[in-house]
Order: sequence, then structure tokens, then C-alpha cells
Amino acid sequence: MLTAGIDIGSISTKAAVLADGRLLGSRVIFTGYNSEAAGKKVFEELLEELGLLASAVRRIVSTGYGRSSVKFVDKAVTEIICHGTGAHFLNPLVRSVIDIGGQDSKAIVLDEHGKVKNFAMNDKCAAGTGRFLEVMANALEADLDGFGEMSLKADRPAGISSLCTVFAESEVISLIAKGESRVNIIAGIHESIAARVSALANRVGIVPPVVMTGGVAKNAGVVKALEKKLGVPIEVSPFAQVNGAIGAAIIAAGLR
Amino acid sequence: MSQVLLYLLAKVKKLILHFKKQNKMKEIMTVYYMEAKSARVGGRKVAWITSGGPVEPLIAMDVIPVYPENHGAMIGASKMGVGLCETAESMGYSTDLCSYARSDIACATVNGGPIGGLPRPDMLVCCNNICGTVLKWYEVQARYFDVPLFILDTPFCHVGFAQEAKRYVRKQLDEYINFLEKVCGKKMDHDRMKEVGKLSLEGQRLWQAVLDTTANRPAPMSAFDAFYHLALIVTLRGTPVVVEYYTQLLAKMKDRVAKGVGAVPNEKYRLLWDNIPIWPRTRWLSQKFAAHDACLVADTYTSAWCGTMKYIDENNFFDSMAEAYTRIYLNIGVDEMARIVIGMVDKYRVDGIVMHSNRSCKPYSLGQYDIQRIVEKERGIPSLMIEADMVDERSFSESQVATRIDAFMEVIKQRKS
Repeated sequence: MLTAGIDIGSISTKAAVLADGRLLGSRVIFTGYNSEAAGKKVFEELLEELGLLASAVRRIVSTGYGRSSVKFVDKAVTEIICHGTGAHFLNPLVRSVIDIGGQDSKAIVLDEHGKVKNFAMNDKCAAGTGRFLEVMANALEADLDGFGEMSLKADRPAGISSLCTVFAESEVISLIAKGESRVNIIAGIHESIAARVSALANRVGIVPPVVMTGGVAKNAGVVKALEKKLGVPIEVSPFAQVNGAIGAAIIAAGLR
Repeated sequence: MSQVLLYLLAKVKKLILHFKKQNKMKEIMTVYYMEAKSARVGGRKVAWITSGGPVEPLIAMDVIPVYPENHGAMIGASKMGVGLCETAESMGYSTDLCSYARSDIACATVNGGPIGGLPRPDMLVCCNNICGTVLKWYEVQARYFDVPLFILDTPFCHVGFAQEAKRYVRKQLDEYINFLEKVCGKKMDHDRMKEVGKLSLEGQRLWQAVLDTTANRPAPMSAFDAFYHLALIVTLRGTPVVVEYYTQLLAKMKDRVAKGVGAVPNEKYRLLWDNIPIWPRTRWLSQKFAAHDACLVADTYTSAWCGTMKYIDENNFFDSMAEAYTRIYLNIGVDEMARIVIGMVDKYRVDGIVMHSNRSCKPYSLGQYDIQRIVEKERGIPSLMIEADMVDERSFSESQVATRIDAFMEVIKQRKS
């Protein structure tokens, strides 16, 4: 049976198609201003890539901020359950999930069946999220995709103390003015994210093995800073960014 | 001007008659505020008092108590909080200041808000058992209105209640009476005070009995209903109207229980609310939880006005209120707060706790993570933290809160399945 999951986030929209518990394919596009159109587009593009007809997909579950904007799905489920389910599917031993998305960061603790035992999400502040990184990349006129690699070359990460994204941006600008190296500033930014997210993770009481999901997991610098801060190794699946969509597709398979 | 006031008084009388027939909250509150606004015509005095302050001596002295915090809640519920907070901010008050304080301070200068501002006070009574902000807030208002201010200092009860603290607060009650006698120009009638004390305690017992009806499945009312019915125990305790109103409400709730009528049509999940309501969003929140078949059956907030009855001596209300007003929920240590929360979890058989981390109210929000951890450890139930504010809607993000509630309800459903 074919099922699909569509994860409409604040920055990117993801889709995954499963055939009887096997991942057939996945796709990521930018969400843009119209989340409904993005949900439809990513699904159609993925079907085309896989050479499938929409009618072949038995059930679809949507998740993410735009989960309720798409009408052609069978059910909308929140990211918490989808990321937990997706992480459990990719590695059943996983007990904790750290997901950093566009405007949310969350820490989830799972039981041995992949059910969510507890979770915590960031407060309304954007610091410690993907949006924070985007703002910083913009201030540094740097390519976000290269952020992770660049930060690994830092010799002395710069201190970014502000809790507010806007103030942190001013801090970064003044660091640039002081002549601080770009790699050290980037490493400092990653440490500031790690500090915020680890507080969240400690609050909810994460237990290893820990996996990181969401788009920010592609940034090796954030992962490394988080590992250091939490004192536990963090796994990153190659499907980290589409993990929520995979979880949604699994939940779709379980729908009656 | 006096004609206008007499007209108002006449209207009040008419409304009182109307109320005798209808007995509705709205009428009671309208009569109450109109009486307060035309107090001078009847030669009565108005005192502004903090929500946790001892109001009974005021009632006994025939002073009309007015609550800036209740007014703040009304401002929040009528979604006028942002405008007034912005006014306060342009006056120089920090956005970090409590939004009740901000909206009240702003409202006094513009006579705005849902009822055109509170009636001018003749005196202010400030009890710091609920927070420290009220001290500066009431000092500001005492300067603004140029009226006397009485401060009742209730030491924080980290663990237990020391005899020294008891004597200290009891002594201040005498000073309180002296203050009232001076401002009112008459002596306190101690027999009248006893009567008021009895009525206050009776009102509190009835209010607790009303809240207790939600231990039934399905709960005949929800915390959102309690937020509404609460107004009287806060503003008018010590008067017969409270006793009458809650007697009828209790009968109504018992009838609903007998008929199996629930506040949420298909109650499957029972939750406990912690902290002051998010006033501008109570309806939205109520519908959001009801859509998940979840009923907020109890809360730590509305029960605070009947939470210290065990310290009250029925035959000696005046002396014993020193302890009762000092040991309220917001003036005790986190361990004791957690014990109270666990007691409520058991009593109302709840499946989870919804905590409002209230940007405005530090004493209420500090310790929530500890309480969360203690309850999770001892009762194994999950809790949700919603970051918002009781009045200032700028601190509320609907889609973020919606996602957290949806996820929390999914977790509760998973756990119960």
C-alpha cells in the first residue's frame, strides 16, 4: 500500500512516499508564501519523479505549520508525533529526538514503541531555530549551506550572548566591525543555538540514543556544538530534513 | 453633575430590582460598578484593593471595594489590553511590567477600557501576598490620585508559618482598622465585622463546593466557566449576594451532574489549568480544547479564593485571617504548591496539566517547571507549557500555541489508547 506524508514547514515543504513501510522517495522545496500551493506542488513533483499517479496513493497525512491548509489529505497530525514516528522508523533504538526547524525547535522523548513520552518546544522566540541561522547568514553575507563546514575551522568561537535574534544580529555586526573572523562568528552562532536547544533538551530529560532531525541537522557545526553541550553523541540520518514527512507517511499507513 | 449621579443611582436601584428577579452575574456586576461609580452620592467611600487583600474589614466599614486586577481581567477579556499597555509604555513604563499594572495605570489617565475607567478611589489597600509589583503599582496610584495607601505586608512562607510571622501580620490588621477608621471618620463595628467574616467564609465554602462538582465525570462546568463565575468571590466576598449566587449556582451544577450533562459535550480527557487565564483568548482556548474532547476540569487560579479556609476560625474570623491571607497559593514555597497541584490531580482525576507561563505574573510562573517535574515524577502525567500573557495579546502567538496544544493532545490520546 502506498502512503504519503507532507510536512509544510515555515521555510521548506517536504514530501515522502512509502510503499508498505519502505521509503520510495522524498522531496524538499521552499514553502514560499502559499503553504497550500507548496503542499500540492511538492506532492505532485514527487509523484512525477517516482512515476506514480495520485490515485495510487491510498492515504496522506499532513504535518508542520501548514498542516491544516492542504485539503486533499486524510488527516493532519502535529510535527511532534510525526518526528517521533519518523525517527523511530529510521532507527527503532532511538529514545530522544531533537528537531530544529524553521521557526521551532523541539526535544522529544520516546518510549520503546516510538510513542511520545514527553516533549518541549521553544518559547515564542526565534533564537535557536533555522530562521535564526538564516538571519545570521544574511548578516554575514555567507551561504547557509557552507555554514557547518566553515564553523569546523574555527579556532576560538566568538561569544554571542543575546537571547534575541534581532539583538544577536547586531552583536554579529559589531563582531564583524571588530574584525572577528567569519568562521569564529559562525561557530559562536552555533554555540548560541546549542545553548538554547540543550536547555530545552535537559528540561524534557532526553535519554540516549539521540537523533537530530529537521533542516538544521544538515549543519555539522550545530550538531557538533550540541554534542559538546549535551555530552552525548547525536546521530543524524541522511533523511533528517524529511523525517517529519516520513513519520506522517507511516501514520498514514496506520489510519483506518 | 449631581443630577447625573442621582440618575445613575436610580438606575442602580432599578437594576437591583431587576437582579432580584434574574440573578445573573452580569446584573450583579453592573449594579456593583454603578454603585461604586456613584458612591459619593450615597456618601460612601471607595477603596481600591489588591485581589488577595483582606476585603472583609472594608465591607464591614461600608466601603465599596474596587479591584484593579478584576478590571485588568475585564480589559483583557474585552481585548483592550494592547492599546492600554501601549499607552502605559508611552508614559515610560517597561514592557516587562505586569500587564494588569500597565493597563490599570494607563486607564486611570484616560478613563478608557470597557467601563470607562474605575471609580476614583478614596484610599488604596495593598497586600503583597500575591506579588511585589503591587507595592510600586499602588504607590504610583496613591500619588496620582493623592489618596492614603495602606500596605499589608505578608511574609513569604517558604516552609510552614512561623509564630513571628503570625504576630507580625496580626498586628498590622489592627493598623489596618486604625487606617480605615481614620479615613472613614467612624469606628469599626466589630459585631458587623463578625457577620461579614461569617458571610465571607460561607461564600468561600460555597465556591469550593461549586468547584468540587467538576470531580464528576463528565464535569458539569469547566475552568473557563469558573473564570467567569469567579468574579463574585473576588470582588464581593463577605456580602450576602455572593452566598445567594453560589447557592443557586451549586444547585444548578448538582442538577447537571444528576442529569449527566457535561461542559464539554463528549468529555474524554480531563485537564488541570495552572496560572491566570489568558483573558483575551479564553473562548479560543476553550473551543480548542473542546475540539479535542478535552475539558479543563479544574485550575489552581479560581480555587485560590477558597484555598485557605482550613486556617480560618469560624468564630474568630478577624484574628485567623492573618494566617489565611498570608498562606495563600502565591505566597508559599514551590514544594507546597506542588503538593496542592498533586492533590488536585487526584481529586479531579486529570490526565494532564496545562500551564500558562504568564509573562506578566512572575510569582505564579516561577517554579512551574519544578512543579511540572514533581507532578510528572509522582503521578506520571504530562504537562504542557503555553507562553503567553493574561492581558497583553502581543505575547500570544496563535499558530504556535495551536501546534503545542494539538501535539499535547495527541500525546495524551496516545498514552490513553
